[in-house]
Amino acid sequence: MPREAIRVTVAIVQFGGSNCDRDAERALDHLGIDAELVWHEDGIPDDASGILLPGGFSYGDYLRAGAIAANSPVMAEVREAAADGTPVLGVCNGAQIGSESRLTPGAFTTNASARFQCERVTVRVENADTPWTAAYEEGEVIELPIAHGEGRFEVTDDRLATLNDEDRVLFRYCEADGAVTPAANPNGSKENVAGVLGERENVAVLMPHPERITLPDVGKTDGQGVLRGFEA
Amino acid sequence: MTGYTATVTVRLKQGVLDPEAETTKQALERLGFELESLRSADRFELDLDAESADDAADRADEMAERLLANPTIHDYAVEVEPRE
Repeated sequence: MPREAIRVTVAIVQFGGSNCDRDAERALDHLGIDAELVWHEDGIPDDASGILLPGGFSYGDYLRAGAIAANSPVMAEVREAAADGTPVLGVCNGAQIGSESRLTPGAFTTNASARFQCERVTVRVENADTPWTAAYEEGEVIELPIAHGEGRFEVTDDRLATLNDEDRVLFRYCEADGAVTPAANPNGSKENVAGVLGERENVAVLMPHPERITLPDVGKTDGQGVLRGFEA
Repeated sequence: MTGYTATVTVRLKQGVLDPEAETTKQALERLGFELESLRSADRFELDLDAESADDAADRADEMAERLLANPTIHDYAVEVEPRE
């Protein structure tokens, strides 16, 4: 088969207020992954073989970050595609949209600091046996940028125990040596959770921004592995 | 059909950290007020026409479930009054 026939085209869904859509496109392009910006009202193209919900401030974060976008018509298509096994990745506001739409468990709410936090953090790879983390080793520490005011992962203790049992936590905020400590937790997330899987491993969300740490021109490239999940 | 106002009050569940409420409490204390604790809530007033107060409450309940509250972190209460 010619290479084009298996080409991956990732639909990057733009809402009013999305602002990491073009960064994601450039990062995917750098990795040789075809990507297309898609206005949410236009729906998901039939040939999309992946969906990225980008960061930003969809609908001005009205009501709760991600809540309005999560209930927009395009998300019915995203849920359908997710159920069919299409890779779906939510980053930052995309993660908030993912949890608000119940594609992924828990909720992302106001940082414990009550402040918007824009900084580099280190996270530990908890499960390297998923498309989004296969490029890393389990226990590996990678550097990722965060930029959010509502990134504190909240979930009931019972649910979190289940997520742990099912290996659905992808990343935890950690010290440079991999120790998961309260001091390394930038936003008060329960058990330092930075990213989780949906019901199936083709759906993942994370608050940090892998697309901002992918292009070699701007420094480190630790985020590439997450985006390579679309190639799996 | 009768006009009703359904008031939906959305609060964080007990035990869920509320950094904004904590910040507000600290600001009040800086102003010299004394208080034990402070809780905040979102209140939505929905004007709607319904067959009965129960019907209006059911609809407001569904709106809270679907959008106004996030069941992972919120509890909510619905009160219905006839609209003048």
